Amino acid sequence: MTGIKFHRPIALLAGVMAIFAAVAPIDLGVDGLALGDHLWSRMVFGILGVTALRDSQDTPQPANAIWNLPFAALLAAVEIVDLAHMSGVRGWGFFCGIGGVWLAAWRTVDIVIVRTPTRGKRAQFMRLLVPMIFGATLLVLWETLAISLEVPKVILPTPFAILVRLVTSVPTLAADFVQTAQGVIAGYAIGCGAGVLVAIVIDRVPFLQRGLLPLGNLVSALPIVGVAPIMVMWFGFDWQSKAAVVVIMTFFPMLVNTVAGLSAAGHMERDLMKTYAASYGQTLVDLRLPAALPFIFNGLKINSTLAFIGAIVAEFFGTPIVGMGFRINTEVGRMNIDMVWATIVVAGVAGSLFYGLLALVERRATFWHASYRQGVM
Amino acid sequence: MLNALWQGKTLPVLAVCAVLAVFWYAGSVWLNADMQRDAFANAGKADFTMAELIEGTWSQERPKLPTPGQILVELNKTILDTAPTSKRSLVYHGSVTVSATLLGFLIGSVLGMGLAVLVVHVKSLDRSLMPWVVASQTIPIIALAPMIVVIMNQFDITGLVPKAVIAAYLSFFPVTVGMVKGLRSPDPLQLDLMRTYSADRLQIFLKLRVPASMPFLFASLKVAVAASLVGTVVAELTKSEDGGFGARLLAGSYYGQTIQIWSALFAAAACAWVLVTLVGIADRLVTRAMGARP
Repeated sequence: MTGIKFHRPIALLAGVMAIFAAVAPIDLGVDGLALGDHLWSRMVFGILGVTALRDSQDTPQPANAIWNLPFAALLAAVEIVDLAHMSGVRGWGFFCGIGGVWLAAWRTVDIVIVRTPTRGKRAQFMRLLVPMIFGATLLVLWETLAISLEVPKVILPTPFAILVRLVTSVPTLAADFVQTAQGVIAGYAIGCGAGVLVAIVIDRVPFLQRGLLPLGNLVSALPIVGVAPIMVMWFGFDWQSKAAVVVIMTFFPMLVNTVAGLSAAGHMERDLMKTYAASYGQTLVDLRLPAALPFIFNGLKINSTLAFIGAIVAEFFGTPIVGMGFRINTEVGRMNIDMVWATIVVAGVAGSLFYGLLALVERRATFWHASYRQGVM
Repeated sequence: MLNALWQGKTLPVLAVCAVLAVFWYAGSVWLNADMQRDAFANAGKADFTMAELIEGTWSQERPKLPTPGQILVELNKTILDTAPTSKRSLVYHGSVTVSATLLGFLIGSVLGMGLAVLVVHVKSLDRSLMPWVVASQTIPIIALAPMIVVIMNQFDITGLVPKAVIAAYLSFFPVTVGMVKGLRSPDPLQLDLMRTYSADRLQIFLKLRVPASMPFLFASLKVAVAASLVGTVVAELTKSEDGGFGARLLAGSYYGQTIQIWSALFAAAACAWVLVTLVGIADRLVTRAMGARP
């Protein structure tokens, strides 16, 4: 079972819609069949229509000419975005074109999936390609529909407008990012470091383990972000108060994870260390901390998101006139929604880069762990 | 008996709490002392004893750090002594927050479970949408909250709904991730067994995949309900005229009413604890009904 469903109706519908787009009025106020205007676009939609119709008559994984449809879909996607930016383009042929591009992209995803080998570099690339196609399709639909349905800019700016805003306000966004990142990095380092250290102390004192750990588990579920106004009162408007919020938010997840990790080393290994007459410190450094690394990295990853959340929410409570949370809050008030989206894009990219960096370091540091073995999944 | 409690978790937790309380009271003295000295100086009181100073730091109007006792008094005043309908009552603000949280949590988890079922059965969705759902866990999506509130305000959608929408999308992602993991958790042996019974896809789904997914689902639901509450509180920061814990926090920080902030914080924490505990109870009931081995 390939799991590919409805390939015939999807491709058929994509083809029919693209053919409609090739012959129907693209501009508003044109009746009946129209062929004179937008000649190049009509040709592209025609190509997409023919390839999609041919694909619909084939098996789900045709042997030859399989990349014709994806290529035609890509051309048509570029064309439809270009069309959307022209004035007066609201005819039903245009909307048929949007539908055709969407369905062709769906079929493209299916084609990429069936052609993905089970392992190897090529498989990795194609696994990455699928969500990329999905994201790009979403952006194309957003751009074309937001323009042609005349969605007001204060409700939903188009991706292109957001990109323009992003590029033109790099200095502001960079200053905001630096301001917020100071709080995030300082708080993250202190919170995670303290979490690991306290976990090691707790590990030596079983009494604390029984007394502090249930509290740690409890605190992890609480809305700690609420301490933000208090920290702003204590440490002032600048990044120090944001760092304090981040410290409190990241401390307990780190503590709980590290304590769990310190008990991960097996009895056999511990006994072996004992037969070597290893001291507590040697066992800790050479056996138990390395064995705890997967858990510690889990805590670090959870905290990477929490740190950004803490810093941004803390900035809602007061900040010097710079910072990502401040920017979001003020630009929302001034109805500059495109600037808000630009800031959110920066926050999203920063968050996932931070996470990706951690994942990379984790791979290097815990290469021995079972979850990285090939074929385990 | 006492020894058993000491070996268990009760007494150690109480002991740690007691130590924390001692540190807290000491912290209030330390943080509030400067202000108290100023107050004495303004009152023309040149010589005061240590006891008076400590006494003073524990009973200020707007202390830097209120004592647990002051917070309890405020909680008592705003929960028990104020009519629940009054805007000064924490019960009123709590009900505003919790109702939005619950509505959002309900919508978010139902949508999350629905999407998980789709993802498990439609491969294109699994490969194309799932990576984005997983990636969304690494970005601070809570930053969208103020924008959603303001945009929905433009459509004259106010009150409970915008906050519930934010709570819903914050709970949606963890539920989807957990449920997909759970629905995939039956191993090939169990699936083969179902096939030898000639079970169809629906039967495999209802009798094997769904029961197997419950532990994963409830673990995510606990995360989701806590996230919903945080989302609602943050939404209330943007739109504070409807009340709620977030509005209390914001008002407290505007007027320097620290005791009010702390009591709102404690009440919010209590609500979160109750919600997570309720999900935990539901977890135990459901897994038992599904025939889980203890």
